[in-house]
Amino acid sequence: MVAETKSEVGEASKPKRRVQGNAVVSVLAKQGILIAFALFMLGFALFSERFLSADNVMTVLRQSAIIGVMAVGVTVVVIGGNLDLSVGSMLSFSTVMVVDLHDKLGPELAIPVMLLATLCIGAVNGTLVGFLRLNSLIVTLGMLSAIQGLTLIYSGGQNVDIANQQGTWFAIFGRGQMLGIASPIVIFLGLAVLMHIVMAYTPFGRRVYAVGGNPTAATFSGIRRSRTVFLTYVISALCVGIAAIILGSRVMGSQNNVGQGYELQVLATVILGGTSLLGGSGNVLKTVIGVLILGFIQNGLLLLGYAYYVQWIVTWIVIILAVWLDVAAKRGRLLSPIA
Amino acid sequence: MQTLKTWLIRNPIWGFVVLIFVFFSFANPYFFDLQNFQNILVQTSTIGLIALGMTLVMINGNIDLSVGATVALAASLAIDIQGWEAFANWGNWAILPGVIAGLMSGVILGAVNGLIVWKTGVDAFIVTLGAMLGVRGLVFAYTEEQSFFAMNFAYSDFGASSVAGLPTLAVLFLLFALGTHLLLSGTVHGRNTYAVGGNREAAVNAGIRVGPHMLINFMLVGFFAALAGITLSTQMGAATPNLGREYELWTITAVVLGGTKLTGGSGTIIGTFGGVLAIGILRNGMNLMQVPAFYVLVILGTILIAVLFLDKQLTRGGKEELRT
Repeated sequence: MVAETKSEVGEASKPKRRVQGNAVVSVLAKQGILIAFALFMLGFALFSERFLSADNVMTVLRQSAIIGVMAVGVTVVVIGGNLDLSVGSMLSFSTVMVVDLHDKLGPELAIPVMLLATLCIGAVNGTLVGFLRLNSLIVTLGMLSAIQGLTLIYSGGQNVDIANQQGTWFAIFGRGQMLGIASPIVIFLGLAVLMHIVMAYTPFGRRVYAVGGNPTAATFSGIRRSRTVFLTYVISALCVGIAAIILGSRVMGSQNNVGQGYELQVLATVILGGTSLLGGSGNVLKTVIGVLILGFIQNGLLLLGYAYYVQWIVTWIVIILAVWLDVAAKRGRLLSPIA
Repeated sequence: MQTLKTWLIRNPIWGFVVLIFVFFSFANPYFFDLQNFQNILVQTSTIGLIALGMTLVMINGNIDLSVGATVALAASLAIDIQGWEAFANWGNWAILPGVIAGLMSGVILGAVNGLIVWKTGVDAFIVTLGAMLGVRGLVFAYTEEQSFFAMNFAYSDFGASSVAGLPTLAVLFLLFALGTHLLLSGTVHGRNTYAVGGNREAAVNAGIRVGPHMLINFMLVGFFAALAGITLSTQMGAATPNLGREYELWTITAVVLGGTKLTGGSGTIIGTFGGVLAIGILRNGMNLMQVPAFYVLVILGTILIAVLFLDKQLTRGGKEELRT
């Protein structure tokens, strides 16, 4: 008797379980990045007691803030269907400029002048890609090199620093606190939430998604495509300017090549956040998760005693697995069908 | 005359090469000199070799950002392994296992990239972006952040040697350029490379196996990057873990200057050779004229964008886009 009921229950529950299995797969596929993040945190927490301490979490957030602020801007550009590889050089340029002008003009003038210059560079990117319709990868690659040169011309190849590091209120952005939390974290998370609201709830945000998803359809529905793309680059430049303020304030000085290589790290976090390089889909808050994943991988591996370069190898694997799962979920099979 | 004109329209970069060549010849007394031309060829051979492979991958509709890290890995392997105890009494032959290991590392990394792109369907840009970070990590792990020096001077002598009056490295580059040109224009693999890059759907429908062609091209670019790393290390007699940083950017710049489309399906080795020469002549000429290196960066970036703009104007040919 007992055995019979058991087998009945077993048979009845089989198809049900399969349905549940599918549901689980689809949830896994949609929220894969969140789940991977949770697993990561759990794994590291098991091996290192310090990992999840409030102190350590704050440290990771503070370290990730600069990459994070830039990633917010790049996410907007990528959702609009383009790339921005010039953000690293731009960060060098803006940081050198704001630090240099700090002593010449004072911080209250240095910040707006630097932001204006950075926005101009963003406008150049935006004009070339938006209005002239040139390939964004190559344009921003060219700009990467050109801005690197501009930075060196501006500084004459010298490193710059701020003379009076203790007495300036400029320190608040990188070293100070706002609302009892380190200010880079406040600025990063505040900017991310703000940009998320812009992208998710305003007409401009919808236009960016539309242009990135299908430019022709967007044009036919009356969206001014060129102007929208232009604005995404201006936003990206603005984010770089903000990152430069944090970086300049934290270091109180700058090398000419301080942002070298940032563009690809930033892009990696955006991709980890699930934003498609094809444009039209993505989410600013998920980029924040991408930033945190990279930040926590770096921190966790260091806490476990691995050399810093091990994180690069792990990042390699994580990026490919994350995007693979995403792609596989969309096509419904693990391996690509191409012969 | 007519053929020259159509040829120049197809390869505008060569017009530019001639232009800057003439300009620097008149502007600087030291430029027009056989010794200097050899210099330019040797200087460009590193980026040039990688650009050959990159052209194949880009015509195929993919891209490889990991070449810079491969350069460092191959150079480190080649120099480290030739100094191993096991080969201590091999004499100059000890160089051989090092070089083979270096080249193999490039081919294997290329195969890894190619297999991932083929089997997972993840965009090559993302796959190789990850590899660019990861392979650099492998280099640091292998070298433990140390630079290696070649103890055997025969190795660095090779980098300074000449064949029939020409620098060996330049000859090597020219030979491989010719070989790659023949591969692209004269073989089935070359034709299919264009076909796959031009229209993947159509290629599949025509019965072309897309995956193996992509795999082979990734292995080739890995091989060329490794070879470039080895020739670079023979010039210096050393390998540093940071070798080859930003080479991916320079290489892509050269290939795009040469007229290869990022979308795939078109491009030539002749164009790429022009692109590589353009960068080489500009850098060399401006160096001779004592233009600070800063300005060279700005000028190169501007030229890249200008070429892109001109190319778009020239090839649009009546197809007016929707403008809003």
